[in-house]
Amino acid sequence: MKRDVYITGVGPVCGLGLGIDSVWPKLAAGEIAIAPVRAFDASRFGSSIAAELPEGFKVRDFVPKTYRKATKVMARDIEIAVAAADLAAKDAGLSTAAGGEEPSYDPARVGCHIGAGLIAADTDELTAALVKSQKDDGSFDIHHWGGEGMTNLTPLWLLKYLPNMLACHVTIVHDLQGPSNTITCAEASGGLSFGESLRVIQRGQADACFCGGAESNLNPMSFIRQVFTERLSKRNDDPANAVRPFDQSADGTVIGEGGGILVLESAETFEKRSGSNAYAKVLGFGASQSLNPASRSQKPAESGRGPMLAIKSALRDAGLEAGAIDAVIPFGCGHPEWDAADAAALKAVLGERIARVPVISTKAALGNCSAGAGALDLTIAAKALKEQALPKITNRDTPIDGMSATEPAKLEKLLVFTTGFGGQNTAAILERV
Amino acid sequence: MSQRIVITGMGWITPLGHDLETVWAALLSGASGVDKTTRFDASTFPTTFCAEVKGYDHNDYVSKKELHEGVGLNTSFALGAAAQAWKMAGLDGFDGLDSSRLGIYLGSGEGSLDFDNYVAANLAGWSADDRAIDGKAWAAQAHSCLKPMVEIEQEPNMPLTHLALEFGAEGPAYNCLTACAASTQAIGEASQILRCGDADVMITGGAHTMIHPLGVTGFNRLTALSNRNDTPQTASRPFSADREGFVMGEGAGILVLETLEHAQARGAAPIAEIAGYGSTADAYRITDIHPDGRGGAQAMRQALEMADTPPSAIDYISAHGTGTKENDSIETKAIRAVFCPDGDIASAPPISSVKSMLGHLIAAAGVCEAIVCALAIRDGRLPPTINYQTPDPALDLDYVPNDARDAAVNTCLSNSFGFGGQNDTLVIKRV
Repeated sequence: MKRDVYITGVGPVCGLGLGIDSVWPKLAAGEIAIAPVRAFDASRFGSSIAAELPEGFKVRDFVPKTYRKATKVMARDIEIAVAAADLAAKDAGLSTAAGGEEPSYDPARVGCHIGAGLIAADTDELTAALVKSQKDDGSFDIHHWGGEGMTNLTPLWLLKYLPNMLACHVTIVHDLQGPSNTITCAEASGGLSFGESLRVIQRGQADACFCGGAESNLNPMSFIRQVFTERLSKRNDDPANAVRPFDQSADGTVIGEGGGILVLESAETFEKRSGSNAYAKVLGFGASQSLNPASRSQKPAESGRGPMLAIKSALRDAGLEAGAIDAVIPFGCGHPEWDAADAAALKAVLGERIARVPVISTKAALGNCSAGAGALDLTIAAKALKEQALPKITNRDTPIDGMSATEPAKLEKLLVFTTGFGGQNTAAILERV
Repeated sequence: MSQRIVITGMGWITPLGHDLETVWAALLSGASGVDKTTRFDASTFPTTFCAEVKGYDHNDYVSKKELHEGVGLNTSFALGAAAQAWKMAGLDGFDGLDSSRLGIYLGSGEGSLDFDNYVAANLAGWSADDRAIDGKAWAAQAHSCLKPMVEIEQEPNMPLTHLALEFGAEGPAYNCLTACAASTQAIGEASQILRCGDADVMITGGAHTMIHPLGVTGFNRLTALSNRNDTPQTASRPFSADREGFVMGEGAGILVLETLEHAQARGAAPIAEIAGYGSTADAYRITDIHPDGRGGAQAMRQALEMADTPPSAIDYISAHGTGTKENDSIETKAIRAVFCPDGDIASAPPISSVKSMLGHLIAAAGVCEAIVCALAIRDGRLPPTINYQTPDPALDLDYVPNDARDAAVNTCLSNSFGFGGQNDTLVIKRV
């Protein structure tokens, strides 16, 4: 017997703000976080705009005093996850070790699944050490590096960049001793982590889980890797209008920074511990792989078969027909080929109903937050169900075929899906509670 | 109602060879895959040796060669290991699979850094006055020297993406990267996906190399590696009193898993069963394992419980056994807590660490140790822990020192513990 699972807390950390109360009103009003890059001079990268976190973000504000020292070994990706977990726990009204109170759950019954990206070293920190190992002609001297040179890096240097350190820090801060994992499948990471938490609770291996994902590509190396994926918009001079999901004038996506943690709980234990309402019930989950040999699966196939398989699998898991879907939060990154694949997948599933089902992407406002993207989309979907309102559609003046619906007939069941770089796809169906 | 999950194919690419039987024979003979580092000039590094995969080309294994040109070493290793497993499972040329129910769950690491060009970009971008990178100068150099394909292929999901292309897998697709526990965790999660009916067949395991200058730098700075530069073959000394660090290895291991029902229906011979899986977090410290082995012991208990197997039924433990002071003593403590609650060490089964021979394959270590368990069951032979010369008085279990031995093996347990307190355990049984 599968147990029912609720989303009971959310903690978005993204360009529009920190925490759902800050992010939601802005997203609902159509605000856009994309602006010229502040983190470094990005003028020669090919893309020079991004949706960075608000200025003044400090992870120290989100950890217990006793844990402040550990923030020194956190890459930006880790900081985002740690802040998001703090926000989500508070939003869920969940007591954990972080607050020093009696925890809501036995720590062994709480799991943690967080998606992460390939974390690049802090370029300034690493290079400050590398430059001390140069030969007279300026070239790198690996003999010097192997000896004295590398001692210019702090002993714990490597631990800042291991992808599982997002989940590691979160499990330590909140004392989560249950099943834990780190999924690294580009944009699909958040959705896959959500799905794994869901299954762990359904099977009874945990009563609650922290799940989601986070990534910052606001680092020269990570940034150029995104440039190399050839998905980014050329509208560097017009950041607010750069990402145009499902619009005929779309020309690419923009790098976002952020992520989110969601608290999932078994319906049974949530109802026992809390008198409040959950955000949404999780009805179904599905995952799939796109095959597109022409691009070595770096892009989805035009047919949208990959995301379509994930959506169908989620519908099957939920025991629903496609007719039950009232609105969709898709990947919708704003690159015409990706958007076409998303639209094709939806057409294959929804048929003619696509003209009446609103499809709303968060990427126009938040950019593509990579491993954090899916978690943000699930967060927004959960909030939309609770508020009985969808975020505003922005930058879609001339919709591509089938992407014209703006108002849902009702808002009971939402589909959220991700079409990831490298071909991994996820889909989830959430229901109003 | 609970489905039985079986292994129907296995393959590995390791420092001791590139096919199942060669590596297994080498492990049983107590061979070492460790030698001087040749991948880069490590002559002045604190550690100048490692266990490299040598003389290997994935083109000898794959059929869609053009789709895998220019892949990273991690993907390259994964392709060779997976092709072996695929063939052994009888899936090469088999057309009875529903591609949307063929999934992949890997625990693979990132590809190796393009170190020279990365360093060139960083040095060119450095502004000595600001003691920071000048983005303009960095980008100019990076655009001229970094290769987009090489960078993209470093993403940790790329081994997964390439295996999917090679074998036409459209089902659930995951990569987890929980440091040294990753591929054990992948096998456990793949078995759960099969159990809950989300797929018919899963390709699982992992691939990794961190044998590049920054990888070795990272572990040398943590003082996690052995520095026995004069005697590389005897450097990896799990459970010995004189152990002083692990030895970096690299490679891949891949399993094909399916439900027993599915295997029988298509006439595939099951090799062994993945009967139990446990996964916990220490939630203790980023640098240290919980001193009592709390999380490790709990992962073992979970796996035994799921397999409905009492500790006394375990015939062999494939240890995480890295050869670091901390891991080996805490792993021993955790095993004692689970197997010797009354303090009687005779209740613990024999334990060995093939890391003494293969080095530590990081994300790919766990799957290779799971393969060892399956082969130990098949042949009734336990691989040794080599380089065990000086017993540690505090580590008093049977570590199968130095020589392989015959044993009646029906049920094994395999441990993997990752940096950051990630603990994963599998119970592997005779079918």
